[in-house]
Amino acid sequence: MTARIGVVTFPGSLDDRDARRAVQLAGAEPVALWHRDKDLRQVDAVVLPGGFSYGDYLRAGAIARFSPVMETVIAGARDGLPVLGICNGFQVLCESHLLPGALTRNDHLHFVCRDQRLRIENATTAWTSSYRPDQEIVIPLKNGEGGYVADERTLDMLEAEGRVVARYLELNPNGSRRDIAGVTNEAGNVVGLMPHPEHAVESLTGPGLDGLGFFTSVLKRLVNA
Amino acid sequence: MARVVVDVMLKPEILDPQGQAVQRALPRLGFSGITDVRQGKRFELEVEGPVDAAALARIREMAETFLANTVIEDFDVRVQS
Repeated sequence: MTARIGVVTFPGSLDDRDARRAVQLAGAEPVALWHRDKDLRQVDAVVLPGGFSYGDYLRAGAIARFSPVMETVIAGARDGLPVLGICNGFQVLCESHLLPGALTRNDHLHFVCRDQRLRIENATTAWTSSYRPDQEIVIPLKNGEGGYVADERTLDMLEAEGRVVARYLELNPNGSRRDIAGVTNEAGNVVGLMPHPEHAVESLTGPGLDGLGFFTSVLKRLVNA
Repeated sequence: MARVVVDVMLKPEILDPQGQAVQRALPRLGFSGITDVRQGKRFELEVEGPVDAAALARIREMAETFLANTVIEDFDVRVQS
């Protein structure tokens, strides 16, 4: 049976279609989920895509976090459902307190859009097991509020527990503390990532295929489960 | 109708690049003597009925769970007379 991976569309989501296409290219069945619908349609994993949900009003991800679909996603994530939040999805996961820390305005105040080199530092999460530890990848990054912040104690804890999933290499594009590009929860089923793996799954439209591993990772886990 | 004001500010230890940009622009515009600027949000809530302890407690709960992200922001609730 093919794994079913849901991709949530909030009002203002931009990358939901790209995420569904990446799911399909990885070999899973993409399932469109709607923000007002609590029903997750029996999906095996969920992607919260990039964009500007609810116009980024109040704070990026702050209103999406209270949408009906998130009630079910939050409960599922606590029970081990694999959830990947990309960019705005990462912001939603932080606002939901499924991940520690928060994302703030880029320190240089400019929107940034570039192909970004990263190092995968935790290759054991539900979303990164297709990578080698310390593998370097290049995927697009595009954000205005991508600066990852948390207090020193939380940052130390994340480092000590190996919960920094990916780190920026060559340059820090947004002022993220300790060059953090992505983090995971304690169980490793919830991952938040600021750059966009779903934009690096086809040579025609991306800088390479380095992003595909996030989607094949979760598929591998679901098939082996 | 009573008005309750909720001020939300980034915590002192969180970098505020917007405030910094404002501060840097001031001398150029002829406003001198400002050594630091922090930018925040102000919410004005029109409250139905009396603003008693229970109403204020609900508003504090609202500020804590929704209006502010207490990971990075502090908030202050006050009744405007």
